[in-house]
Amino acid sequence: MSETIDSIEAGQAQARRDALERTWADRPGFIGWLTTVDHKRVAHRYIATALVFFALAGALALLMRIQLSRPENHFMGPDRYNQLFSMHGSAMMFLFAVPIMEAVAVYVVPLMVGARNIAFPRLNAFSYWVYLFGGVMIFVAFFLNIGPEAGWTAYVPLSSSDFSPGKRTDFWAQMITFTEVAALCVAVEIVATVMAMRAPGMTLSRIPLYAWSMFVTSLMVIFAMPAVMLGSTFLITDRLVGTQFYNAAEGGDALLWQHLFWFFGHPEVYIIFIPALGMISEIVQTFSRRPVYGYTAMVLALMATGFLAFGLWVHHMFATGLPPLGNSFYTAASMMIAIPSGAQIYCWIATLWSGRKALVAGRIATPLLFVLGFFALFVLGGLTGVMLASVPLDQQVHDSYFVVAHFHYVLIGGAVFPLMGALYYWFPKMSGRMLSERLGRWQFWLFFIGFNVTFFPMHILGLMGMPRRVYTYPAGLGWDLPNLIASIGSFVIALSVLLFAINVLRTLRSGKPAGDNPWGAPTLEWATTSPPPPYNFEEAPAVRSRDPLWPLDTDLEVMTGLSKTKREALLTSSTDALPATRWAMPDPGIWPFLSAIAITVMFVWSIFSPWGVVWGSIPIAITLTVWFWPKRSQPSMGGGE
Amino acid sequence: MRFTARQLLPGAAALACTACNRVQSTLSWSGDQAAASGSIWNLMLWICVPVYVAVLVALALAMRRRESAADVDERAVGRGFTAWLALIVTLLSVLVVASFAVDRRLNRPAVAPLHVRITARQWWWDIQYLDPDVSKRFSTANELHLPVDRDTRIELASADVIHSFWVPSLSGKLDLIPGRTNALTLTPRKVGWYRGQCAEFCGLQHAHMALDVRVDDAAGFAAWRAHQLEAANPPATASATAGKRLFESGACAMCHAVAGTDAGGHNGPDLTHLASRRTIAAGTYPMDRDHLDRWIADPQRPKPGALMPAVPLDPRDRGAIDDYLMGLR
Repeated sequence: MSETIDSIEAGQAQARRDALERTWADRPGFIGWLTTVDHKRVAHRYIATALVFFALAGALALLMRIQLSRPENHFMGPDRYNQLFSMHGSAMMFLFAVPIMEAVAVYVVPLMVGARNIAFPRLNAFSYWVYLFGGVMIFVAFFLNIGPEAGWTAYVPLSSSDFSPGKRTDFWAQMITFTEVAALCVAVEIVATVMAMRAPGMTLSRIPLYAWSMFVTSLMVIFAMPAVMLGSTFLITDRLVGTQFYNAAEGGDALLWQHLFWFFGHPEVYIIFIPALGMISEIVQTFSRRPVYGYTAMVLALMATGFLAFGLWVHHMFATGLPPLGNSFYTAASMMIAIPSGAQIYCWIATLWSGRKALVAGRIATPLLFVLGFFALFVLGGLTGVMLASVPLDQQVHDSYFVVAHFHYVLIGGAVFPLMGALYYWFPKMSGRMLSERLGRWQFWLFFIGFNVTFFPMHILGLMGMPRRVYTYPAGLGWDLPNLIASIGSFVIALSVLLFAINVLRTLRSGKPAGDNPWGAPTLEWATTSPPPPYNFEEAPAVRSRDPLWPLDTDLEVMTGLSKTKREALLTSSTDALPATRWAMPDPGIWPFLSAIAITVMFVWSIFSPWGVVWGSIPIAITLTVWFWPKRSQPSMGGGE
Repeated sequence: MRFTARQLLPGAAALACTACNRVQSTLSWSGDQAAASGSIWNLMLWICVPVYVAVLVALALAMRRRESAADVDERAVGRGFTAWLALIVTLLSVLVVASFAVDRRLNRPAVAPLHVRITARQWWWDIQYLDPDVSKRFSTANELHLPVDRDTRIELASADVIHSFWVPSLSGKLDLIPGRTNALTLTPRKVGWYRGQCAEFCGLQHAHMALDVRVDDAAGFAAWRAHQLEAANPPATASATAGKRLFESGACAMCHAVAGTDAGGHNGPDLTHLASRRTIAAGTYPMDRDHLDRWIADPQRPKPGALMPAVPLDPRDRGAIDDYLMGLR
């Protein structure tokens, strides 16, 4: 009797899954690939694309290190070198770091909050295409010898038409526009997903720390990007139609660019770093088998970091001769960042100290290994950051290799190490297979050692007076050996990145199956299959705690009632996550892709003629109009984005 | 550049040995300003190194601990948290106050200073010694002479893009920005040669925009200054005389000035006492006849992108110009 009931239930469940599968399926084949609005598929390609740009920008760094391996080297000339370092910085910041952090969030956040899809899924698809086309454009320009040449900061007047004639800087500025648009789209989606699509019961105080960190990051993107948008638009119009925003001779001001750029540029660093903090919290808590110590303090620390980030851009300008008293306020504000950072460091160490360390085959798991590497590197980079906040000391080491060392310690140590840990951590969920732990350990140690061999000597170079962004240097100043050591180290890093690529490719072909929750993690993304189905969860999960999957054998509560035959997502209230309404999610569509093409045509055209903006707007208007045309077939509760 | 294992082994020691470079190092303080920044560096090291070590030790202990979560006294962890935050705030306060005090000292008014104006150009330094008495003003390039134990007030301006004035052994850096004039005070304390370098990326030849700095005792400086005020030496040989004629009638005088002659261009460095300087083209070459000849033959070879064109000259004419310029001591 009970067997019959069981088999009937199983049959019903299978029917439910089949119905959901049909409802949420993409169209088959290539057209399905172009039209998909599944956040997981979009995130896959977002992450893969960002990693390709990472590899390309890293290869540029290797060429730079070859040039600098000895004094007065003739491996390349100044023009090539300047394009290389400009491209390296721009690609790492705009095409790798920010996009990959957002891309991981596009994958993980909807699952983590128990949603069927990300909010505004078509905007999400659109964001990816815009990002891809912008990145391809700048690399094509670079290979055609019209890549950026004024550094990733593009200071005027060096980037003005007087000193950077031709189209090089225009391509750079337009690349900024592409990545701004893409980043803003994702930021809006994440904010909406975290605020309105959380699982019932996931009150504000139960949001996983990674979701919190992405929420804070996304708000920062929304507040920071307009500054650089303004700045780069002024630059483009100065170059293209002769406005004089930055021309001192015509009443403009060269420092205006720096203010606008760094008002964005400093938060940008935290836009890269804060997601990493969230990743660390997830990894630390999973492998300590206890919730992160000081949840409230952690959330407040994230917010404080995000808030303070907007009040310290002037520390990039201590050498420009601004009034000393004003500078000292920015010294204090910059140093205050150490308070929330120190608080988080304490909480993680306290978590590890008081937790039951979960080992994998008797060893520290690779994700945690990368997090431990983070501590060693980021704390050092953070402390040199405290040094740079001091005006008198900054005036010595500013724009020297000391700064190059500092920001690689905070960006690679503070963001890329946790990111690597996070990729190892979530790869089983994304692919259904476990990355090799043995290759992972090799990769970690090569990366860790190679990184220190490369970047630690740069502290010394900076203190010994070597300025950054020089394509060569004279012998006899004691710079030869540290530079050679750094160059050797850079190839060790390259080797470790290669190992990562091998590990990923091998695992995709023949990796060990992962199961739903291989690490024994407490958050909702591990409650579904690996990889998750297109609809993420069969029924909307409901939660009563911060770690709904702990203890590990508990059954997850669910809320039923979402349609199986229509694409519906559950919206909940923003503070208490009470179920509010069912939201019709859009079907796959080609219009985000076509809109992105239309926008790309306009952006690229406008590099060559202001009329591109005028005529190029027409296809954009057409594609967007079709995209947003109200659809009668959808239920009255709305389906617009 | 080949290294054997024997040479590489002491690498770490060599890294620590910043003494190998005393002319352009933030750690070999030869002036009040560098010493002031250096005092903050020392304070930072004393505070940051122990903090770094403490964090890593705490992490290592946390990873070694094997007990389960049950026997943790969360109240003690909480007290530790408060103490840690209090420690951070205290240390930061010390650093902010110290940094502010040193910054104040750096910005004190200069006492009876020597006035110099430096205009940065792509990719060299135009140096003017100012004086209320017009006849005591003079220009030079790429080589700054300073009296020891006396304040020098340096006005910093730019003729094109943003550059940054940085002589690490004497002082921190300050940008030269078109449309603005910045100023900084240098108070050198040790006689000697120093080297500075543009520290803000300024285009193709940012790497070859060095500045030699000579700090001299009062008498030495006065003698140098008196010599700089003199007009250029007249050519001493027939070849040099021919060189002077070529210099003034050819392309050279379009951009370069030689005081006391017909050459009065201002786009390039003043060459009145060229041969008395240590280097050519902002530190690109050492100053000697051979390098001068190579520089004139093709400035784009050592310094691609430099705004000085290669003027076609047959080697004999170029030799004559070399002779003339080498006489401008």
